[in-house]
Amino acid sequence: MIAFASLALLQIADPQGTPTFWPWFIATVIKMVVFFTIYMVTVAYLTWLERRVAGWIQDRQGPNRVGWQGLLQPLADGLKNIMKEETFPNYASKALFMLAPAMAFIPALIVWAVIPFGAPMPTPWGRVDLILADLPIGFLYMLAISSLGVYGIVIAGWSSNNKYSLLGGLRASAQMISYELSLGMSAVCVLLLAGHVGLPQIIEQQVSMGWNVLSLTVAALVFTIAAFAETNRLPFDMPEAESELVAGYHTEYSSMKFSMFFIAEYANMVTASAFIVTLFFGGWDIPFTTWDNSAPYSVLKSLLTFGFFYVKIIFFCFFYMWVRWTLPRFRYDQLMALGWKIMLPTALAYIMIVASATLALDAAGISRGVLFSLILFALNVVLLVILLVWLDRGRMVSPSYTRARRDEVLRLRERAQRSVLVTEVAD
Amino acid sequence: MAIGVKVLGRPVEEISYVRATVKGLGRTFKHLVNPHKVTMQYPEEKYPISPRWRGTHRMLTTETGKAKCVACGLCPTVCPANCIKLVPGEDEDGNRYPLVFEIDEFRCIFCGYCQEVCPEEAIHVGRHYENSEFSREGFVYDLERLMAQTHPVSELWDPADPKGE
Repeated sequence: MIAFASLALLQIADPQGTPTFWPWFIATVIKMVVFFTIYMVTVAYLTWLERRVAGWIQDRQGPNRVGWQGLLQPLADGLKNIMKEETFPNYASKALFMLAPAMAFIPALIVWAVIPFGAPMPTPWGRVDLILADLPIGFLYMLAISSLGVYGIVIAGWSSNNKYSLLGGLRASAQMISYELSLGMSAVCVLLLAGHVGLPQIIEQQVSMGWNVLSLTVAALVFTIAAFAETNRLPFDMPEAESELVAGYHTEYSSMKFSMFFIAEYANMVTASAFIVTLFFGGWDIPFTTWDNSAPYSVLKSLLTFGFFYVKIIFFCFFYMWVRWTLPRFRYDQLMALGWKIMLPTALAYIMIVASATLALDAAGISRGVLFSLILFALNVVLLVILLVWLDRGRMVSPSYTRARRDEVLRLRERAQRSVLVTEVAD
Repeated sequence: MAIGVKVLGRPVEEISYVRATVKGLGRTFKHLVNPHKVTMQYPEEKYPISPRWRGTHRMLTTETGKAKCVACGLCPTVCPANCIKLVPGEDEDGNRYPLVFEIDEFRCIFCGYCQEVCPEEAIHVGRHYENSEFSREGFVYDLERLMAQTHPVSELWDPADPKGE
């Protein structure tokens, strides 16, 4: 078999053509190994970056002791976590307790199978697509698998036999179900423009029409917010909520199992960033140029496009951290109200608007190109003004009294003015 | 409702979440790129300590290399933490000297009374605070160790110049 494989590898094929089975198989294995390595190292260094960014934002230094600028900190942390004592709660459900960290981590990893991360790379054995599995239904696979991540958290919360963990797990499930809807709905607009559910095709569409963030700004915004909620990052870190639930679903975990949840969080961050980049920011497309997308592919092009994809992902990971150290956590009712009353209606209405606009533009005979996206962009600007200026008047995330009925508030104010106990009445 | 409830009437423009978020992101980014960080990089840089800083003890010596201590017994008497152990001895000329002089740095509360009371200006508290040992016994400093210390000694408080200026 190996002899056959090497024979196949020795065949000289057209570098731009499709490879035969064995080169394809070996290339896939190599891609997986290389990709997994890059991914895990990135995740490890994101933990370091998070702490440095946290430090800088708070006018501190962050970890800078282990190695140059603290760059060996992830290694030291890994070593520490492996050496630490592993504890099992007495009444925990052992099997599920052991399974949960893996279930939190694996979905984040296997989603990457369908995300294209560079221009195709020509080799002497044929053209290798820089995607692990080019599924024709990549987008659906992505949505399906990313929803599985919540199982890890819920099972962890339940199997720990700890009330705080259970609350964390329950919150996670409620939150994920709420935000998954807006996540899926906002991404439907991308499918409307691309006309295909494969991720390479979505990137192709963005190459020809300009990035979706311009033509579908509102959807990009909703998707990003929902992605924050899906990864349980602040301001949506309800399942963890240190100040309320000790550490939420991973209260009872120690040593490497805790570390697995930690890794899973960052792995999810990278994956969510990759979603945002692929669906709305052109994937591996280099902006303002077309040479990187056209046919005679070269190794340099592949590396450059991969580099761009990587930079975009790192930017969004940084954005995650930046937001984390800026915003305080939502109250639970605010979270639910935002998800169901604002994000879902917005996403649904936006589908209708984009669908109508697309139909109208097609009927007007405007071809899908730059002009088409510019008209959509203008539409988005109008919608954003309506959303952010008119709608966001204490109605989005706000003190609870703004959700009280107007006449109730007036009645309370009137009563307060009559009361002798209240000396200061604003307004 | 017996007690009047204070209902804030902020203008709705001011409670826009999105605008507050953008403002906040700007604020945090300004701190992110601000090169002035408050963390002191401790082992490399240290905060300057006061000339009256009372740290680990030091026994001063005469030119001949002997301890200045005359074993008068004032410091173990004044010590509120009872951490000084002194066994006096006397040589042929009738000069008193300490046979045993030990200070338990764990018991010591670093009040500096020993330095103030010492008639010979022998025992001092020093401007030094980085002490670490592998065992508790290591913190009982004997006479030899006290004499071997080289750090600067603490200045006494001067009533004429209460702020040390």
